[in-house]
Amino acid sequence: MKTVEEIKAAIEAAVPGAGVEVVPNPSPSAQHSLRLAPASAVAVATFLRDDAELAFDFLSNVSGVDWPDKEIVEKVKVTRQVAKVVDGVEQQVDETVDETRKRIEPGCVEAVYHLYSVAKKHGPLVIRMKTVNRTDQVDLPSLTPIWRAAEFQEREVFDLYGIVFTGHPDLRRILMWDGFKDHPMRKDYVEPDDFEYEPTPHDEVLARAQAHQAAAGTANPEGAGAGQ
Amino acid sequence: MAVDEQLKIELGKQGIFVTTIQELYNWGRRSSVWPMQFGLACCAIEMIATTMARYDLARFGAEVFRPSPRQADLMIVSGTVTKKMAPQVVRLYNQMAEPRYVIAMGACAISGGPFKQGYNVLKGIDRYIPVDVHIPGCPPRPEALIQAFMTLQKKIDGQPLTGEGRPRYLDAQAQGEFPVPVEGEHDLEPASNKGVWPVPITIR
Repeated sequence: MKTVEEIKAAIEAAVPGAGVEVVPNPSPSAQHSLRLAPASAVAVATFLRDDAELAFDFLSNVSGVDWPDKEIVEKVKVTRQVAKVVDGVEQQVDETVDETRKRIEPGCVEAVYHLYSVAKKHGPLVIRMKTVNRTDQVDLPSLTPIWRAAEFQEREVFDLYGIVFTGHPDLRRILMWDGFKDHPMRKDYVEPDDFEYEPTPHDEVLARAQAHQAAAGTANPEGAGAGQ
Repeated sequence: MAVDEQLKIELGKQGIFVTTIQELYNWGRRSSVWPMQFGLACCAIEMIATTMARYDLARFGAEVFRPSPRQADLMIVSGTVTKKMAPQVVRLYNQMAEPRYVIAMGACAISGGPFKQGYNVLKGIDRYIPVDVHIPGCPPRPEALIQAFMTLQKKIDGQPLTGEGRPRYLDAQAQGEFPVPVEGEHDLEPASNKGVWPVPITIR
């Protein structure tokens, strides 16, 4: 199989302005992936499937990845004027101070597709697509028209991560019920608090049972069993 | 009123069979408990094995698994009850005719088991319907299900027909239909049936 860079070059030759970038994987597996721009994703995916040499005719799986908002703390050297007494005379002196700056890198939700070629016996090729943010701009083009295998899995990603796949023929929740509002696989998902009874709590369950009891005002001096 | 055991044996030798209505009634009830053909997860495989020739649950009167709740007496909740499945389980239980019994089979059915911390798993079916026998295990062996079945039969046998401790269907005041939980926006509503499941008190 061609390397990811070669595939990227082939895509750019076939689909002008594709906006494909290589996402390197620094681990020993070195399974680099390609990030597609959502706008041209359908054209690129069609090329990957129909190109005689690549012929990725089999979509193995679709997964979702949640990237929460990240707070980045960095130290910056800042020069500013400070009034100082130098040699008995008050002067304005430049001074370099370390300043801590915090900025929030907005998160996103990502869909990852693993492609194989049954005809050419090669793969996998990993392609990814990123949403703009995690809240209101969460749509990505559906690849179900290209690989029918994506249908249920994109529904699952929609259900659990909340990515809206435009162009999907039947985008409904697949695991949770229709009236369900949350996306349980997101990092900031809050589970319903039903830890009122824990006969043998430990570790995480103990912490949750204690949190429940504190909220319900049924604290037990031993901190474990549930009160009524 | 119980019949004196010695007298009963003595009369039996003379060819006279003495019993009480209660004994006869409970003998009938416990000897023909037909389970519902209803499996939820891997515990159901053990349940199927229990019914087959090697373990032969039919010896205990659980002769046939009925595919309709109308004809079944016993619901064996065999496996993980997801929150999406729970309303259906309660609905099926409501559709069963009295007398009806429930065995919660395996860790998942009694508490959520290994999936307890999952967002989609009910932490025990006893939050919504009354359970007669709980079987621990993941999954329990067929012997454990037979043991549970025998425990249920003993429980039926020990029930008086009148007064305190009589079966639910002989008590006009007792609750007969159990509210089916509704799929809410974040969880099932209500999260448990307080009438069936008061939060148990752990004694340490």
